Amino acid sequence: MDLPGIAASSEKAHSPQGLEQARESEEILRVEELRVEFHFPDSKVVVLAGIDLDVSMGEIVGIVGESGSGKSVTALSIIGLLRPPGVVTGGRVLFCGENLLDLGADEMRAVRGERISMIFQNPRASLNPVFSVGKVLREVLRLHSGLRGAAARSRAIELLSDVGLPDPETVLARYPHQLSGGMAQRAMIALALASSPQLLLADEPSTALDVTIQYQIIQLLSRLRKDRNLAQIVITHNLGVIAELCDRVAVMYAGTIVEEAPVGQIFDETRHPYTKGLLAARARTEGAGELESIPGQVPDMRNRPAGCAFHPRCAFATGICRTATPILEMSGARHKVACHRWKELA
Amino acid sequence: MISFVARRLLLLVPVLLGVTVVTFTLTRIIPGNPIDLMVSPLADAETRERIAENAGLNDPLWEQYFRYIWGVVNGDFGDSFVTSQPVLDDLTSRFMPTFELTLFAMLVAIALAVPLGIASAVWRGTWIDHISRLLAVFGVAMPVFWVSLVAIYVFFFLLHWLPAPQGRISVVVAPPDSITGLFVVDSLLSGNWPALRSSFQSILMPACVLAFAAMAPLARMTRASMIEALESDYTRAARAMGLPERSIVFRHALRNAILPVITMIAIVYGYLLGGVVLVENVFAWPGLGRYVYNAIASSDYPALQGFILYSTTVYVLLFLLVDILYVLLDPRVRI
Repeated sequence: MDLPGIAASSEKAHSPQGLEQARESEEILRVEELRVEFHFPDSKVVVLAGIDLDVSMGEIVGIVGESGSGKSVTALSIIGLLRPPGVVTGGRVLFCGENLLDLGADEMRAVRGERISMIFQNPRASLNPVFSVGKVLREVLRLHSGLRGAAARSRAIELLSDVGLPDPETVLARYPHQLSGGMAQRAMIALALASSPQLLLADEPSTALDVTIQYQIIQLLSRLRKDRNLAQIVITHNLGVIAELCDRVAVMYAGTIVEEAPVGQIFDETRHPYTKGLLAARARTEGAGELESIPGQVPDMRNRPAGCAFHPRCAFATGICRTATPILEMSGARHKVACHRWKELA
Repeated sequence: MISFVARRLLLLVPVLLGVTVVTFTLTRIIPGNPIDLMVSPLADAETRERIAENAGLNDPLWEQYFRYIWGVVNGDFGDSFVTSQPVLDDLTSRFMPTFELTLFAMLVAIALAVPLGIASAVWRGTWIDHISRLLAVFGVAMPVFWVSLVAIYVFFFLLHWLPAPQGRISVVVAPPDSITGLFVVDSLLSGNWPALRSSFQSILMPACVLAFAAMAPLARMTRASMIEALESDYTRAARAMGLPERSIVFRHALRNAILPVITMIAIVYGYLLGGVVLVENVFAWPGLGRYVYNAIASSDYPALQGFILYSTTVYVLLFLLVDILYVLLDPRVRI
């Protein structure tokens, strides 16, 4: 495995499983039947209706879907940052075989940042406005690796240059408002990598950035996988990001995964009508064809449609779609789909 | 930084000039004739005329104004019609008692309100949040003079814990040697324990009464800005980095949340300078509040104008201090 200087220098600290012994195919995260509800004073709303997802060492899994489909809630539940009114009501989150949902607050805190990290959509708002990049970086390094003083400083500079920030020593003294969006996201990634985690959750990591910067961040994430064998879950609604970065994609709709497959198959052997709609709704650069859209609205989670949640918007819906909830079933070697009619429609 | 402070101090000149114009005009418009105070009610018209002439009250208003401004520039605020002392001396000798009282009150208020605000933000919706809200409502709703009277009734009359209203120090205790002009501090510095005991007992009740009124807005502001900080993206990111809750609340969130609280402290301090008038009267505190109360009651133009000029300066300097603190605490503010 290719571990350049920066990752190798800190591996003394953690990961009982150890990066060296890890094999390419080893499963690092398995989410089983994850259920999340929002508990309001007068009602309970199901936000995740049983999610199954797994990620292997060095694999990048994309989660794609419209706003409100439960993508971010999934990631926040995995890392234990779901806040009220959100409540995990069922399922398991197995990380290296250990159910994270069973951990106490302190044990979970030790996992966060140290073994699982997360970056967010709005990088500049995610950095504390009154602290310099270096100050937060030093705090994180002291917490997770016990580094102080000159050692912490040189490690901080290493981390910043590793995420492609030019002139890292200057960046250390910078405050968030003095950074561009792209620089801020790189700094966030450096913070997330400070303790050499095994899994990175990226919630819309490039959405708030300029197109050219978006591409650079995508390339950076791709390089981190190559250099560090860093497993990632990348949440996005941008299918271009999926195509560029991910190995496998889970398509979410109304709190369920409706289709899951390797990237190539999602684009070439699309099975679920919703995924087809998503692909059709992409703006085409060539030709002046009319932009297609999926008719109807994302369902209100309070009034979840019975049966298949997508049936009110689906052109192919029949009687069974309105009554029975389809389960996510294997439709190929590595292709899963949750649709009653996928065989007829294929 | 120095040029910023210098520029701001220079700005003080037009502000104060504006204030003098307004107060000068207002004090002449409000009813009441100072001559009635300066001469015996039995004096004849000729005497009244002569005294008015001598005091310059018959000159055109603009002439009186320029004479006044010329005096102010030269450090002469005029003599009080009531005490016959130079107004500046009167104000200076009464400033320290008021400053001591309001400073003490402010410190008590901050020491209680900020932790209370943090606690009710961290544990919002719990009993501590409800109690804090209840205290804030009471603090705002109850008139400060009434709270003063209740406090005297309970802590002096019923419980005998604190002395009766006696000013800054008991009459049977000698005041400490003047070092800073603050009795509590001076007696501490000079190791004068009887004076420390007496002055502390004397200031405790009026300061706590003022603090009670000042606490409410501070606690609410702390709570609101702490909640905003705790719900922010950077707090979520800090949690994602695995930082302990203690560091998240007291370092990352509080450091942001304290900024609006600092502004609120300055505003509340200005408000205290008004509230202190009533408290000083109840507790026989020999400060500016009582002085200005008497000045208003007796149309003492020079004293009133002097006081307004004085408190404007204090207020402007206070906000200059706030702005300097912002420069030091908030990297986004640059000068």
